[in-house]
Amino acid sequence: MAKIRTHLMVCGGTGCISSGADTLITELENILVQKGYDKEVKVVKTGCFGFCGQGPIVKVHPDNVFYVQVQASDAKDIIEEHVIKGRHVDRLLYVEPIENLKMDLHRDMPFYKKQLRIALRNCGMIDPENISEYIAFRGYEALANVLSMPREDAVKVVKDSGLRGRGGGGFSTGMKWELTMRSPGDQKYIICNADEGDPGAFMDRSILEGDPHSVLEAMAIGGYIIGATKGIIYIRAEYPLAIHRLEVAIGQAREFGLLGKDLFGSGFDFDIEIKLGAGAFVCGEETALIHSVEGKRGEPTKKPPFPSEAGYLNKPTCVNNVETYANIAPIFLNGAEWFSSIGTEKSKGTKVFALAGKVNNVGLVEVPMGTTLREIIYEIGGGIQNGKAFKAVQTGGPSGGVITTADLDTPIDYDSLKAIGSMMGSGGMIVMDEDNCMVDIAKFYLDFTKDESCGKCTPCRVGTKRMLEILERITEGHGTAEDLDNLQALAYMIKDSALCGLGQTAPNPVLSTMKYFREEYENHVFNKRCATGSCKALAKYSIIADKCIGCTACARVCPVNCISGKVKEVHVIDQEKCISCGACFNACKFSAVLKP
Amino acid sequence: MAIKSLEDLKRIREESQKKVNLRETGESTDDIVELMVGMATCGIAAGARETLSALLDETEKQGLTNIRIVQVGCLGYCHSEPTVQVNLPGHEPIIFGKVDDKRAREIVTRYVLHNEMLEDSVVINTFVKA
Repeated sequence: MAKIRTHLMVCGGTGCISSGADTLITELENILVQKGYDKEVKVVKTGCFGFCGQGPIVKVHPDNVFYVQVQASDAKDIIEEHVIKGRHVDRLLYVEPIENLKMDLHRDMPFYKKQLRIALRNCGMIDPENISEYIAFRGYEALANVLSMPREDAVKVVKDSGLRGRGGGGFSTGMKWELTMRSPGDQKYIICNADEGDPGAFMDRSILEGDPHSVLEAMAIGGYIIGATKGIIYIRAEYPLAIHRLEVAIGQAREFGLLGKDLFGSGFDFDIEIKLGAGAFVCGEETALIHSVEGKRGEPTKKPPFPSEAGYLNKPTCVNNVETYANIAPIFLNGAEWFSSIGTEKSKGTKVFALAGKVNNVGLVEVPMGTTLREIIYEIGGGIQNGKAFKAVQTGGPSGGVITTADLDTPIDYDSLKAIGSMMGSGGMIVMDEDNCMVDIAKFYLDFTKDESCGKCTPCRVGTKRMLEILERITEGHGTAEDLDNLQALAYMIKDSALCGLGQTAPNPVLSTMKYFREEYENHVFNKRCATGSCKALAKYSIIADKCIGCTACARVCPVNCISGKVKEVHVIDQEKCISCGACFNACKFSAVLKP
Repeated sequence: MAIKSLEDLKRIREESQKKVNLRETGESTDDIVELMVGMATCGIAAGARETLSALLDETEKQGLTNIRIVQVGCLGYCHSEPTVQVNLPGHEPIIFGKVDDKRAREIVTRYVLHNEMLEDSVVINTFVKA
């Protein structure tokens, strides 16, 4: 039997690899050889399926059965039961958390039902290290078509599609390309911004790992339109797998003549090189990124001049984000009208979000613009972990803000998020439950921006540091009423005076949490209390004498032995020694431990 | 190897598509023909792997792309193994029995393509679709 009848698609994204996908693949291949099925069953290492919280993922084609949390030790069952005998391995199926139902088929899973995958179309579907598989799914056809079109017509398609930059700003991609196209210059450049820096965001990495050719093809299209013969991918060195797959993809594209001289016999030359960044958040800002590519310090400069006039090496340059590029080929294949029929009035197409935090289905989701947060969190995300109450969701990373229950039904697009005090950003979405302290969250983000500030302008360099100091005082129980006023005043000052986007948006997490959760700040300042127990200095656990039956459970788990009391007697916590870890609270079965 | 025209690209694509067309793309499945081969122990012992292989080979020869060939568990017709259930869109499902290499090819060329009933191989054709 030499015909391949089954493909076992194993996720080879960074998430699944770190939970053991590589050893699983080896094991599957070994068992197939042992059983004599290696000639009819193929194991394919794909890009990210997006269902990262349930990794490693194995999807079986053509049955379309989806297995989750598959370990190397499960390989034997998958092959002996499913591959050989056609029986589904029940215990590896996904259990839907709300109804507690077992799901066999990929298309039935609520996680995928509401999704519309354009940018992620090939992730999980193809082997990213094999250009033939990309070509099989209409890869490089868009490039071939565009090269036979006048540049003006091609740029019109992108403009008409309504595609806006997916890196956060939301500027029209067609407009950006047209500006660079019309800008005079003997040499122009097109750059891919793969410096994904938001904490918790990993959509760009997943696209590059799962479908690198879609970015290469789009860069060649963009290069042709704006008149650039050279493309540069600026990617952080922290993404070794994405870099490796890009290198493989570029090598294969050159071999097939899809990069290099005279593409498709059109006379257009185009090639791409990779530049590694050291992983600085500020280098996601386009002027800072360009300086970093030039080998200078990654610091932003004032705009204008815009990169479209004088960018890399002072030549007209166009910088677009990875996800933006991933949308380009489908736009040319299916038409601008198709793309603009998806989404809301001013935000077209889909957006990829990295869903993380206290949500059941952690992973990567792609939804049409205009989907509500409620749909994303409760339907796709499967609700809040452990049945806790939803408190807020943070979007836009360190530049964004929190969104509360009141705005859960807002259709998400660039403008609606801005209107409720957050922003789209690159698409990080961190879900928080009742146990998250909002002051602590604001402190976390400010700590990040303070570290990532490049130090060029004073408001950002000194201002974020001062703001962080105030937040530290508040979370340690030394905050005053004046601190709250100063925090707010400083926030607006930095917003108005910082040089680049990093500084101008750095105060957003503070302003937004102060707006929606002011009572939490006041509780910290005036009552010296942190209701969630997150701020350790303010957390005072105590035992309610009436409820304590003296089971000793709390005393046994206490890591610093600060709980005293004999069996069947009321226990007491020594506040001096207590480190507020909360272990006693979790251990008590009688609700006798009072959480601060 | 160098691709110099859209035609070159399409040629490579057609070659490549053969290797990936068993993957479900999530598009409409309404007009998909399902061939389900019973692959429990007795099915395999009676030669179901050869049957499966013949089905795969024949569908490729005929250039059919709307076919999904899946292996399934025991269908219960041990006396007639290997068995193949065919779900043609708009038709009652039918189970064929004693499907060897030759019969498998006929299922594709005669029943699937021309809706010609292979009466002597039918095990059952009145049951609720699996």
